[in-house]
Amino acid sequence: MSGLIEQFGPLWGTLAVVGQIVAFMIVLLLSLAFLLLMDRKVWAAVQMRKGPNVVGAFGLLQSFADFLKFVFKEIVVPAGADRTLFLLAPLITFTLAFIAWAVIPVAPGWVIADLNVGLLYLFAISSLGVYGIIIGGWASNSKYPFLGSLRSAAQMVSYEVSIGFIIVTVMLLAGSMNLTAIVEAQAGGFWHWHLLALDALPWPIFLVMLPMFGMFFISALAETNRPPFDLPEAESELVAGYQVEYSSTPYLLFMIGEYLNIVLMCAMATILFFGGWHPPLDIAPFTWIHPVFWFAIKVVFFFFMFAMVKALVPRYRYDQLMRLGWKIFLPTALGAVAIVGAYVTFGANG
Amino acid sequence: MSRIAQTIRGALLMDFWGAFGLGMKYFFRPKATLNYPFEKGPLSPRFRGQHALRRYPNGEERCIACKLCEAICPAQAITIEAEERADGSRRTTRYDIDMVKCIYCGFCEEACPVDAIVEGPNFEFAAETREELYYDKQKLLENGDRWEREIARNLELDAPYR
Repeated sequence: MSGLIEQFGPLWGTLAVVGQIVAFMIVLLLSLAFLLLMDRKVWAAVQMRKGPNVVGAFGLLQSFADFLKFVFKEIVVPAGADRTLFLLAPLITFTLAFIAWAVIPVAPGWVIADLNVGLLYLFAISSLGVYGIIIGGWASNSKYPFLGSLRSAAQMVSYEVSIGFIIVTVMLLAGSMNLTAIVEAQAGGFWHWHLLALDALPWPIFLVMLPMFGMFFISALAETNRPPFDLPEAESELVAGYQVEYSSTPYLLFMIGEYLNIVLMCAMATILFFGGWHPPLDIAPFTWIHPVFWFAIKVVFFFFMFAMVKALVPRYRYDQLMRLGWKIFLPTALGAVAIVGAYVTFGANG
Repeated sequence: MSRIAQTIRGALLMDFWGAFGLGMKYFFRPKATLNYPFEKGPLSPRFRGQHALRRYPNGEERCIACKLCEAICPAQAITIEAEERADGSRRTTRYDIDMVKCIYCGFCEEACPVDAIVEGPNFEFAAETREELYYDKQKLLENGDRWEREIARNLELDAPYR
């Protein structure tokens, strides 16, 4: 990013950076439209339904129709609601969801900000995400949104702790917090991916990293309030949690923010555990495909898994959710950090 | 199941993988969806949909204004007024059905001695205003003319069971 400014001067360089960001945002939003449709289609297929198939061929334009519907509806602000905060909350969620994408490398050199503390940045941004939800729930001046946002805050804080330690294990293995460097550390074939970490043999680090990936995926579900951890918006009890009072464009912003966060989690799983843009084998037919497509394929695969989980798994009870987060994930992740740390100290460099 | 086995099953996500396999099996099953406006499900000949007043093949209306339907209607949705016509036969001057009140029980159809008032197979008569659902005699006769073929067929199919 700063490279562009040095290359083209302050004015044109800044414009080039802005252009880059806008182009990335548009691509993200467009892919999100189709991912949303895929979510609904997968869910429908598991239930032997067809899903949306009327707007455009196979319903491909359904998301755009929904977008227009949301935009043209009336924005209802409940009486007694804090108007400023009520409208600010979805903006916070939406903006934070986009900001996090700045450090995601989708192909070699294809990243808006190649931060050396990329992981820390991602972690900070996803922690801020809870503000949008809790402000939205509080500003609605209504009990169910408030309960939903309280649940959501507790849940996100709990799982952020274990997700943090899981990320630390990857960081230790890669020896860097720069996401590009983490991906580069997994080059050369699927056995180098942090999921398996067969580089470490004879140290059986894969026995640690495989469960770490499983835990990362489950924590990601909890972090993004997806089923089976969708207690904040439990449809049968809290209607839609913190979103109850929202309509029209603010609701749309919440929705986009939420789904962008889900795709972000898929991208993080890809980068941290599945070798980012690297093909599974570094030989001819796999290397013909551009790295960005490898990245996209992996992200779409994880999104598919997210959708399948939503279709299959019943919702957790609140105490089960907390037990899983604090009593199982946190100690396991801590133990994993110790083991990987021991390997890095005595195995790799010792 | 012992507690240890349960823990191991949980840690290996065995329940999830079982559900995943089942989900994928259903994923590729033929879909049960009916593309509703384009394809429709089968209807029984006894289906009780939108009302219609029928005519005899020579064009004479069947209704003889006996008011049995009006009397039996549990929702009191039917209003009939009758007069003697110039040729001496008794006919309705007014035959209204309030489709909003109607509970589609089919008693009018059962009560009718001349098969004049029937409930046809049409169920797609939603309207944007309440007024459009206050059917008068003209509207009901029009329905009868439009749906006569289907109504006659349904009556014939159902006749053996009456």
